Amino acid sequence: MDMNNKQLKNAEATQYIVVKIGREQYGINIKYIQNIVRIQNITRVPKAPYYFKGVINLRGEIIPVMSIRLKFGLEVEEDTFNTRIIIVKISGQVIGLIVDEVKEVTEIPEEDIQTVAREANDERGNYIIGVGKVKNELVTLLNLEGFINLNS
Amino acid sequence: MDISQYLEIFIEESKEHLQGLNTSLLELEKGTVSKDVINEVFRAAHTLKGMAATMGFKGMNLLTHDMENVLSEIRNDNIKVDAKLLDVLFQCLDALERFVDNIIETGSEGQDNNAEIIKNLNMILNGNNVVPETSHKEHGVDHNSLSETKSDSSDSKEHKYATIPFTDFEKHAFSSASKEKYNCFGITIYIADSCVLKSARAFIIFRTLENLGQIIKANPSVQDIEDENFDNDFSVFIVSKEDEVEVRRQLMTIAEVEEVLVGHIKVEDVEEGSTDESDDPIEIPQKESEQANSNTKSKPKTNRTVRVDIERLDTLMNLVSELIIIKNGLETVENTNQNFTDQIEYLERITTNLHDAVMKVRMVPIERVFNRFPRLIRDLSRQLEKNMEFHMSGEETELDRTVIDEIGDPLVHLIRNSADHGIEMPNVRAQNGKNPMGQVYLKAYQDGNNVVIEVADDGNGIDVKRVKAKAIEKGTISVEQGEVMSEQEIIELLFKPSFSTTDVISDVSGRGVGLDVVKTKIEALGGIIEVKNELGKGSKFIIRLPLTLAIIQALMVNIADEKYAIPLNTIQNIENVSIDDIKFIQNQEVINLRGQVIPVLRLYDILEVDKEPVNKDFITVVIVNKGDRKAGFVVDSLIGQQEIVIKTLGKFLASIKMIAGATILGDGDVALILDVNTLV
Repeated sequence: MDMNNKQLKNAEATQYIVVKIGREQYGINIKYIQNIVRIQNITRVPKAPYYFKGVINLRGEIIPVMSIRLKFGLEVEEDTFNTRIIIVKISGQVIGLIVDEVKEVTEIPEEDIQTVAREANDERGNYIIGVGKVKNELVTLLNLEGFINLNS
Repeated sequence: MDISQYLEIFIEESKEHLQGLNTSLLELEKGTVSKDVINEVFRAAHTLKGMAATMGFKGMNLLTHDMENVLSEIRNDNIKVDAKLLDVLFQCLDALERFVDNIIETGSEGQDNNAEIIKNLNMILNGNNVVPETSHKEHGVDHNSLSETKSDSSDSKEHKYATIPFTDFEKHAFSSASKEKYNCFGITIYIADSCVLKSARAFIIFRTLENLGQIIKANPSVQDIEDENFDNDFSVFIVSKEDEVEVRRQLMTIAEVEEVLVGHIKVEDVEEGSTDESDDPIEIPQKESEQANSNTKSKPKTNRTVRVDIERLDTLMNLVSELIIIKNGLETVENTNQNFTDQIEYLERITTNLHDAVMKVRMVPIERVFNRFPRLIRDLSRQLEKNMEFHMSGEETELDRTVIDEIGDPLVHLIRNSADHGIEMPNVRAQNGKNPMGQVYLKAYQDGNNVVIEVADDGNGIDVKRVKAKAIEKGTISVEQGEVMSEQEIIELLFKPSFSTTDVISDVSGRGVGLDVVKTKIEALGGIIEVKNELGKGSKFIIRLPLTLAIIQALMVNIADEKYAIPLNTIQNIENVSIDDIKFIQNQEVINLRGQVIPVLRLYDILEVDKEPVNKDFITVVIVNKGDRKAGFVVDSLIGQQEIVIKTLGKFLASIKMIAGATILGDGDVALILDVNTLV
């Protein structure tokens, strides 16, 4: 019964995985996420776009891996014990995203999400859906379709 | 019984027969008007007609039917084979191909009734004042005239239905139907001896009968008929609103139905005593027949081949790939136990054989693609008013199914090019002292791990000067560039997008979309294309395709601390070269290898390795070739030969041309496969 009530109440809420990149927290819609793996050997791919770290072998599949840090123009940090690769699937393509740390899975109701005013020519504006509030902390919600642009 | 289960067989077989028809027609056109060839054409048309009717494709049936009429007149020497006639027959062939294509795409034959072609066929028939009394009369020469008279051929055929006894239940059905003003018929149907799928044919007959009325009884039983437990005839009893003539007419339009004998069943004869009790007595027998129809599955004839969906083979191939990866992994496990290494070797032998076996299953002879080209050349000769002869060889050469499916279009392009640009007009050829008959060659053969396909002609060849002028005019190259370019380099300009040298845009080629598309396609298949050319004598396009696409032998090399794979079939040899032997030509490092100057490519730089190369006195150079062109890759060290499974890098990294893909090594790491074609 409890479960049912909860589900009803949160019908409008979407589940996000909260990750840490630098000092900021980002949310990734759980519907894209296939898997979360520890950092492993990445094979560099020459001539790849700068934010692609290379490819990994995930149980026999070759998966390209990109660094959110590089894409956001932050400096690269050494991999730590907490560094993870989040495997997401977008328009049929599987890709790995490197994050500094995976914090938690949380539900953010619609009313707790604020859209941010974006400037027309702000590329980074495309990467973001809005800002969600989770227990007095702010989580920037990533727009994966904009972030991982298949055409770029 | 569901007709769709026959659809695939129908399509496959139709294609075969159309191909046969095509070959025979070409034969006829060459002037070999022998009885055998004409019979061959006739047989193909006849079988197609029968198959189309079985499947209920009316348009196709009608067309083949009229074709058959004309062909039978040819067979009886009442019509002579001439160019006009052949043209019409070729039109028929094209129309039939369109039908089949429509069937493949949509499952239905489409709306085209080919009135024009049918009119032409009939004009040929009538123009020769042929009496329409042919041996095929019983197939119904004219759809509108009803053959009310039981034709002569029915002499030996009996009204078998007359002797079949009825049960009380059936008698009852007849009398009730008769009271409802239905006609009761007994029908005996004879199917042609040559009929292959008798049960399918019977199914069509039953479907027609069901449209006409209700089936009361069949002898042998419906079950037996569907199991093909009958000779060439069977009898049915139906009640229908239609009259005798109409029933017979409709049944006679079904192909391979040789004779239909229809007779009224008089209710008095049946001697039905009791009065009717039910309001709708017909309902019950109908249900019965329907049930019989639905619960019988026709048993396909046993065959020694199996049709398999290509996707299943892909799955199988993927599993073999996984197995090979695991085997490679096991090889890296350190173990000095002799038994273990023995077992690994055993495993290796099996995986290699398994891979070969799966590969073989996927291989199809290139004949499938080549088959359509004689016709293409024939049409082009007509269209371009050039005389051309076509020679094919190596049709039996086998290639991976996926390659076969893709290679057709590029070859069509090249052959059209040869016909249009290569072969000169007959008078020009005569002036130049050449045989006025232009020769076009298509050849396939296996060469090691490659399959080579050559398209050659004895035409004028490529005029390099004109190509150069055109390139300069178009701004593709500058005048200075043109000065220093070799002939081969200029010819390669033809493969650049939007480059066409024909001044007049013709129907055949010369729209500027051509060779670049051909090249892209072939490279996508992992192959290469090169040109051999001699002005005035002809040109030859040579396509090299890998035998397999998924699993290859590769040489693993180290560059700094990275590992790369170079496909073994591109490697010519490996050289240890002294630093002093490296010379510079036009700012490019080269080595002179046994008289041949080969450019040296520093993979460190090309692959943007983030480390300084170690300076050594001797360097290891892997000599690779792309067609005739060679290059030397400088690598740090060699790891060895290995069987690798090619995996793609995916959409995100697809734009990186110099990497052909990736593979998973025994230790689970990923190594990239160098694309020799783009690097050289």
